[in-house]
Amino acid sequence: MVYLDHAATTVTRPEVIADMTEEFSNLGNASSLHGPGRRARRVVEEAREGIADALGAAPNEVIFTSGGTEANNLAIKGLFWARNGADPARRRVLLSAVEHHAALDPAMWLAGHQGAVHEEIPVDGFGRVTPEALRAAIERDPDDVALVSVMWANNEVGTVQPVAELAAVASEYRVPFHTDAVQAVGAEPVDFAASGVTALSLTGHKIGGPVGAGALLLARGVDPVPLVHGGGQEREVRSGTLTTPLLRGLATAVDMAVNERDDHAKRLAELRDELLARVRAVVPDVTTNGDPDHRLPGNAHLSFPGCEGDALLMLLDAEGIACSTGSACSAGVAQPSHVLLAMGASEETARSSLRFSLGHGSQRADIVALGEAIGPAVERARAARSKRR
Amino acid sequence: MTLRVLAAMSGGVDSAVAAARASEAGYDVTGVHLALSKNPQSYRSGARGCCTVEDSRDARRAADVIGIPFYVWDMAEEFDREVVADFVSEYAAGRTPNPCMRCNERIKFEAVLDRALALGFDAVCTGHHVRVDDGRLRRSVDGGKDQSYVLAVLNSEQIAHSVFPLGDSTKEEVRAEAARRGISVAEKPDSHDICFIADGDTAGFLNERLGGEPGPIEDESGTVLGEHNGAHTYTVGQRKGLNLGGTPERRYVLSIEPVNNTVRVGPRESLLVDEIVGERPVWSGRAPATEPLSCGVQLRAHGEVYACRAWQRDEELVIRLDEPVAGVAAGQAAVLYEDDIVLGSATIASTSRSAEPATVS
Repeated sequence: MVYLDHAATTVTRPEVIADMTEEFSNLGNASSLHGPGRRARRVVEEAREGIADALGAAPNEVIFTSGGTEANNLAIKGLFWARNGADPARRRVLLSAVEHHAALDPAMWLAGHQGAVHEEIPVDGFGRVTPEALRAAIERDPDDVALVSVMWANNEVGTVQPVAELAAVASEYRVPFHTDAVQAVGAEPVDFAASGVTALSLTGHKIGGPVGAGALLLARGVDPVPLVHGGGQEREVRSGTLTTPLLRGLATAVDMAVNERDDHAKRLAELRDELLARVRAVVPDVTTNGDPDHRLPGNAHLSFPGCEGDALLMLLDAEGIACSTGSACSAGVAQPSHVLLAMGASEETARSSLRFSLGHGSQRADIVALGEAIGPAVERARAARSKRR
Repeated sequence: MTLRVLAAMSGGVDSAVAAARASEAGYDVTGVHLALSKNPQSYRSGARGCCTVEDSRDARRAADVIGIPFYVWDMAEEFDREVVADFVSEYAAGRTPNPCMRCNERIKFEAVLDRALALGFDAVCTGHHVRVDDGRLRRSVDGGKDQSYVLAVLNSEQIAHSVFPLGDSTKEEVRAEAARRGISVAEKPDSHDICFIADGDTAGFLNERLGGEPGPIEDESGTVLGEHNGAHTYTVGQRKGLNLGGTPERRYVLSIEPVNNTVRVGPRESLLVDEIVGERPVWSGRAPATEPLSCGVQLRAHGEVYACRAWQRDEELVIRLDEPVAGVAAGQAAVLYEDDIVLGSATIASTSRSAEPATVS
């Protein structure tokens, strides 16, 4: 199998599996006061310290969650409720136009049910938010902004945002700034304190950790209203029994991903460039999407004129090559990507696109296999497209 | 070489078992669910429709159990243009269309088949209850479930690229097989009604699109007997819902005349016709009959078969019934049978009653 969809989920690291396997056999609830409880608590706190250390945060700034979606929901809804509760004038929720649904949908829900006003910050043709665009959005009325959320790196087209510059703009107006960094950790130098963001989402399964474990890094003194009420385990902001084995696995994955980042990113970027060259050699009119300079090393997002992405995906799948159309599946029907549309692409171009994403275990042989399969697949997909009227 | 087959999977029991049988027969099968609505409903309501998210999930789950790849194909635009728009415009023209037939002709065995062939497949497989015999469609062994009528629009080329694994089984057997195979939709109710009218209110659906302009209900001599709220909501042969009040004898809808927005009614006697002219004739597995051919004709889904003589005259199919028949609606299909074999079909364009009583020789 040729797996070119590491941005969806990636290989779990053997070290993570070993750590979790060991931890699953241990007894103890991290909130209990007795010996087994203290032992579990120690594992959780070591995981917290490890993650904080790797990502430039303080240990008490790490709020464990079930993953990126929950972290985004907690940041966006929780900060809106807190800010709007303190001052009802704060109604605007400013999100980049290229957010993942895990950030976009909470904002849209707030707008539909909680009196929020959801506003999109426009992006340029590469999918980048400029500090000027953010400033203009805030300036329309700085007093009514509840929060800003701009992802660190885009999951579809791989564009990396100037997060520190954007966070600096938000902080001028004392507006909290959240960033969804699930694609960035392990690929970009992510330093929570240095970036100046208020809140940052990450998840385990994108970096070789467990699925079902993630975190929201949350600056001291920022208190979102909880989504989930209960034992108050995580700074009274998030409740639920701490998942000791998963958190240990998450910490191992974060630590390894951050330590290996330089070499890993370099290797992936080289493979990605070769992938592009090989595809271009057989499909000369292929076009690339996203920022050519500020981009994730393992991401190649390509448009194949005259093809439908879902037909290409099926044909490659039949050849044992796994990739993605990158777009969300809305109610069973594939919609043209809102990310590409926001970047100014036509619906036709958006529908003709595929995302190839590399990660741990990606080899040159994978790229060679794609280079051999893509030509015939494009030819067939074009023939099929021309049948549609 | 292994035949590559694209199995259209609605999420129902028939198409799931058809895909399973095709796979077991050694074909290289890929399942697809056709998304026919841009904004599908989340859940099925009763037995209506086949395009909800729940149906899509059922189809995917069945494909998992069978062990075949599965994708959703977005055919919403084609469906809207070729089936829904046609349905509305046919009613606007005073005819009674059969959208399932149209969907088979233009979507499943044209748009989907063409795309499948271009993508490297050899045939399309569906869960229709029909057999193929020597390149010709033949009724299912389950007479009650037979779907040869709604497939009779297919030409020889389309039939040659179709796989219908269910024609030799009854519905009972198909359900039992689904249960045996662990396909969870075994007990799902049969779909019926028109899938794109989720609430089943066809008149309301048409009124919304065509408006409900009131107009006269007249008898054959032109005398106004009452008023209607939109001619397109009536069907030839309809008796109920005319609200003509005090007329002593029973009145039936004889025709719908969109040009002057008139619904014409009359006694049952006036509904009887013995000559039918059909347009767009299709012959399967044989050359067009240019001389009168003695055969049977079916004039609606699950309807009776009437003895007739039929032949092609220029671009039309002429059907002379041995005995007059009541309630034949333009827009429906006339399907010719020889015993249980489909000979051909055409869309009914006009009907008439010969001046002389039909002579049976």
